[in-house]
Amino acid sequence: MANQFDVIVLGGGPAGYTCAIRAAQLGLATAVIEREKLGGVCVNIGCIPTKALLHSAYIARLLSGSADFGVEAGSVKTDYGVAMKRSRKVADQNSRGVEFLMKKHKITVVKGSGVLQPGRKVKVGADVLEAKKAVVIATGSRVKGIPQIGLDINKTTVISSDEALLLEKVPPSLAVIGAGAVGMEFADIFNAFGVPVTLIEALPRILPLEDPDASAELARSYRKRGITVIAGANVTKATVAKDKVTLDVAAGGAQQQVEAAAVLMAAGRAVNTESVGLKECGIQLTERGFIKVDRNLQTTAAGYYAIGDVAGPPMLAHKGSREGVVVAELIAGLKPHPLRYDNVPSVTYCHPEVASIGLTEEQCKEQKLDYVAGKFPFSANGRARGTGETEGFVKILRDKKYGEILGAHIVGSHASEMIHELAVARENEYTVEEVDLAIHAHPTMSEAVAEAALDSLGRALNI
Amino acid sequence: MATKVVMEALSPTMEEGRLVKWTKAVGEPVKSGETLAEVETDKAVMELVARADGRLLQQVVPEGATVPVGDVVAYIGAPGESVGPTASAAPVKPAATALSPQPSAAAVATTPLAVADATRVKASPLAKRIAREAGVDLKLVHGTGPGGRVVKRDVESVPAAVAAVAEPMRPLPTPRSPIPTPSGAPFEDVPLTQIRKTIAKRLATSLGPVPHFFLTSDVDMERAAEARDALNRQLGDQGQGQKVSFNDIILKAVALGLARHRACNAWWQDDHIRYWNEVHLGMAVAIEDGLITPVLRHADRRSLTEIGAEARELAQRARERRLKPEEYTGSTFSVSNLGMFDIDEFTAVINPPEAGIVAVGAIVPKAVAVDGAVVVRRRVRLTMSCDHRVIDGATGAAFLKTLKQMLENPLAMLL
Repeated sequence: MANQFDVIVLGGGPAGYTCAIRAAQLGLATAVIEREKLGGVCVNIGCIPTKALLHSAYIARLLSGSADFGVEAGSVKTDYGVAMKRSRKVADQNSRGVEFLMKKHKITVVKGSGVLQPGRKVKVGADVLEAKKAVVIATGSRVKGIPQIGLDINKTTVISSDEALLLEKVPPSLAVIGAGAVGMEFADIFNAFGVPVTLIEALPRILPLEDPDASAELARSYRKRGITVIAGANVTKATVAKDKVTLDVAAGGAQQQVEAAAVLMAAGRAVNTESVGLKECGIQLTERGFIKVDRNLQTTAAGYYAIGDVAGPPMLAHKGSREGVVVAELIAGLKPHPLRYDNVPSVTYCHPEVASIGLTEEQCKEQKLDYVAGKFPFSANGRARGTGETEGFVKILRDKKYGEILGAHIVGSHASEMIHELAVARENEYTVEEVDLAIHAHPTMSEAVAEAALDSLGRALNI
Repeated sequence: MATKVVMEALSPTMEEGRLVKWTKAVGEPVKSGETLAEVETDKAVMELVARADGRLLQQVVPEGATVPVGDVVAYIGAPGESVGPTASAAPVKPAATALSPQPSAAAVATTPLAVADATRVKASPLAKRIAREAGVDLKLVHGTGPGGRVVKRDVESVPAAVAAVAEPMRPLPTPRSPIPTPSGAPFEDVPLTQIRKTIAKRLATSLGPVPHFFLTSDVDMERAAEARDALNRQLGDQGQGQKVSFNDIILKAVALGLARHRACNAWWQDDHIRYWNEVHLGMAVAIEDGLITPVLRHADRRSLTEIGAEARELAQRARERRLKPEEYTGSTFSVSNLGMFDIDEFTAVINPPEAGIVAVGAIVPKAVAVDGAVVVRRRVRLTMSCDHRVIDGATGAAFLKTLKQMLENPLAMLL
């Protein structure tokens, strides 16, 4: 039977395609169903193209200040269209990379929208595929607007990241609603491309899920470069005209109006659980709309698993792809190392970058943990001084009694690369002392990690 | 700097030892080779001796504490000498310091990590640290991390009872009664002693995995009794106090029987069988809180009186728990005798890797038919447990037949 597989994965994003590769590695006949391009949101309209644009933003900012480094760049001109096209090329290369990986692992890729049917079947167009072992749902998520206040995504004046990634030229001005990772990154990009940006966050601080110190550091940095930051702000009304949007914003007890040529909606995502055939297969959702899964990521219907964004937060590509590996191994009858959801790093690639793992200081307080915070600023780090990237810090929260690393927060250039030392430490239950005992090369920004560990022990050396 | 005294592996199987008693006080002069402390190993109470000259500067471990092999228990050095950074900043704690107060948080903050144990336990640094402070012995914790690694949640889920195994600290009388006086509660939970742990571990590797079968033979002991009386009369005439016992005769017969039936004098070695050319006979001795099997070396080549004297001496020291490890390891076959408890017959559990053991019941007068007439004779029941992987039914039966012939006609031992 041509349409029979061991495993059928619905969705070819980072969770789905990784699951398929691992399943194929374990000798399972595997099919991936994808309605758009392989790689999903991450590769095509998410993680990857934004990183390309953020690098354009980084270069623009670097050149503007390069005279101080003895490099005269003249007047710096930016062209978002060119940056956008480059980002598309990067995204396409990555998507083709995934296609290649599917071929390499002899995974069947079926183009189209799959609908689940009982009996581990998936209907794609006129075809019905059958899975002997399991169906894995990895349909991901999409951007959403806030229709309640008149902010439906109209793709011209009210846009989402999907549109922002494809703009030929920048809007004259921009309001960004939502200061999570997506909002922070686009505010950073458009600011560097010369757009007046207003960043609006409903919760009391930008990057509300990060440590308060990280939020404060980024608010300071953004304000310094001319981004208007309004936190604790409620958009009470939105008036959408042909070429501008007027927002009524209530913040700090005062009412103000924010006018912008375009509004970028960056407040939350909706999971793709509609028209997938979940109900027909007896697959239930949680109260928050995610697919209900057990500890082994199996849904309420035996033989159907869910991974990635649809399976619940954190909605991060690397969490999804690890779930893909775990599920593939479970299906193959192995006993995978269980995923520690409290040990998924979170990164925002704005400048300076913000990377974290584990608890924030606020959470330590809420949980009434007996903790000690250690902190080391990059302004005291030789390497950071050399590159002129002295913004930010490393902060480590350790358990007072045993030295367990409860949480770690890095703000700074390359924070996204430095956080993994602490991810390894936490996964293996190293204490702050093991982190310090590992010799850190000099001069590196990573030395700040060891120093923060030492600072939590009350014995930082270089400050 | 002062010399560390570590818990030594006093027996081949010892992984930890309980410090029963310090025989040197702090400040007392010690010489290399002198006894510092008595240590209860998995089988016996042994002596921990000094490996340096000087004074005993510090006893790191309190009496009663259980310490993994390789851990520091004391320091020897010149008076006033520093005992080194490890000891001053963070004394290596015995597996159990539940009674000692928690160090202050500030002290923890600056405490360097202690040197890793000599015996390796797979555990995360955090788990080790929590275990050290909570007095949990990591060797007793089931690890659920990758590859069975002990992680934080494993240590945290250790019930208080297990943590208490490593716990202290009452002075340890030797020997002592294992069962506490009734407290009025419906039951008493008693932590396993080292010897009880070893017995449990070793015997569970026997009756479970070892395919036992049993052969029983009823042996007439009248001729043996006559021989014994004659021998003892002679020994008495010679002014020797020590008498020959039935047990000595049985031991001698078993040893000679094994020398003739090498197929039964063997060790199961998983991928091969080791047939012994020497007969080292283990004899199970009940002691107050367990049992132990001291070994009569080359029992087939020893005289009856030698066997008798040595058996008594070994049993005596076993009861005092003063056996050296080499005195209770390496037997090639064993004998267990419960005759003194009026047990008619029983089956004994093989002591792996040995392939067999003979269980000896009580010698009792019985009505038996001899030459068509019912007469009363002294009889004993011998039951041989065989590891079927090594000994087949006929092989075991042949050995038992030889044993029976030797006991029923002691002159056969001379053949």
